[in-house]
Amino acid sequence: MNDTDKNKLAAIIRAHEAEILADWLKVQASVQTRHDQVHEAEVRTLSRDFLAALVEALRAGAAVDLRSETWSKVRDMLTEVSASRARLGFSPSETATFVFSLKQPVFSRLRKELGNDAQKLADETWAATAVIDKLGLYTTEAYQKTREEVIARQQRELLELSTPVVALWDDILALPLIGTLDSNRTQVVMESLLERIVETGASLAIIDITGVPTVDTLVAQHLMKTVQAARLMGADCIISGIRPQIAQTIVHLGVDLSAVTTKASLADAFALALDRMGARLEKKSAPAAVR
Amino acid sequence: MERIPILRMGRFLLVTIQVDMHDQLALTLQDDLTQRIVSDRAKGVLIDISSLDVVDSFIGRMISNIAGMSRVLDAVTVVVGMRPAVAITLVELGLNLEGVRTALNVEKGMALLQDRGL
Amino acid sequence: MSETPGAPGIRAESREEIALRGSEDVVRLRQAVRDRAVTLGLSLVEQTKIITAASELGRNTLQYGGGGKAVMTTVLNGTRKGVRLDFIDQGPGIADIARALTDGYTSGGGLGLGLGGAKRLSDEFDIESSPGVGTRVSIVRWKPY
Repeated sequence: MNDTDKNKLAAIIRAHEAEILADWLKVQASVQTRHDQVHEAEVRTLSRDFLAALVEALRAGAAVDLRSETWSKVRDMLTEVSASRARLGFSPSETATFVFSLKQPVFSRLRKELGNDAQKLADETWAATAVIDKLGLYTTEAYQKTREEVIARQQRELLELSTPVVALWDDILALPLIGTLDSNRTQVVMESLLERIVETGASLAIIDITGVPTVDTLVAQHLMKTVQAARLMGADCIISGIRPQIAQTIVHLGVDLSAVTTKASLADAFALALDRMGARLEKKSAPAAVR
Repeated sequence: MERIPILRMGRFLLVTIQVDMHDQLALTLQDDLTQRIVSDRAKGVLIDISSLDVVDSFIGRMISNIAGMSRVLDAVTVVVGMRPAVAITLVELGLNLEGVRTALNVEKGMALLQDRGL
Repeated sequence: MSETPGAPGIRAESREEIALRGSEDVVRLRQAVRDRAVTLGLSLVEQTKIITAASELGRNTLQYGGGGKAVMTTVLNGTRKGVRLDFIDQGPGIADIARALTDGYTSGGGLGLGLGGAKRLSDEFDIESSPGVGTRVSIVRWKPY
């Protein structure tokens, strides 16, 4: 696409900006399923600003490279539109429509201006299509990214909510971990444990990994770091439920567990914890028979 | 010159750090504490850092220094109230505050000091 | 030493410069970084990490660089946002960077944890130093989602 083409396109859009804008808004409205005053006013402002930014970028004359400085304003606006619509739960189509619906008004304007010159009309229409397609694709990508971020955040929030920290006794917390631990989940869970330690004032936390099938280096490191952090805060941790396979993996990985107290079972860890507290569980003498 | 107040509670000294300290303030605190341990014949020092949202290596060093100096003066230092985010960061930083006792809060810190028969 | 523009495709905005001439400036630096981290919506742990890293590096600039400045920018990569900090001084420079990054190494009386620690606390870390010219240390912390 050479410079004069774009300038033609840019010039035509500029010359008939108001009309193109009005048509564009009509097309957008006909496709949108959401209708409310605020939204419509926003779309009007956004479309008007976008059209102006588009013309400016086209007139700058360089090739349409969305990553270039010339197109930064347009790019930012598209990113903003896509991100906000993704967050609001718009569908991908509704989001991309913002850009693609611009084709109709632009094409009909081009037809009016260049109707007599078939070649010119074809060239400019092609130029317009190329630009709008690029913008539309960019919008879709930005939308995707935001959706992924929304999902990631929701996952994290779910993780935080489902952290099962249990108060076993005054001063003793238990964190029974179940399922596969990935680095991310481990971090979230460990941070939650430390917060609960502060909230409850429990000086001892038992991290039970009986329900964890495998542990990799990163997870083992996070566990170690959590124990160190707890110690710095003035609490301590016991790791229980280390199955033989995991013990082997940990030794194999070269993770140094010597600084941490470990117990085979949660029950053993609890007994040890009580011992440290200076408490002890005893059976009452045989209860009287119930008549 | 601004200084961090040091309160006396029986045989203990209590310091609550609530401001983001610049170097001079930290050094002054170190000096003041050392002097007070001697003048008040204190057996224990409780440093409450529950208001600190950042502890860098300089403050970490200050705390280690205070613990070291008080030990020489036959007093025990306990640091209380470290926030989880701070603890996690210190671990990442590689600072382990060797020789510094810690407790979750002032109450537990006092219990620790009292266990020593103070 | 001057700031590097950063990788292509990454844009920077809201540039703020903090002079590092005295120890009070390190306090100001921490406050500025905290405000920026909060504005960006970083979690508590993430905030603490970057403020602490900034404190370490700012102090380094002061103690070993003879003073200098910190340049803070918000960086954008698509929809992802982060904080970038460049610590620049015209000091003596570091001759052996690899060694300086090992914990425990120090030429002064400090613990020498500054560089290695700051690196571990950040998502990205970059250092450029020439003896006799100066040093630039850059760190970036991205908002994870």
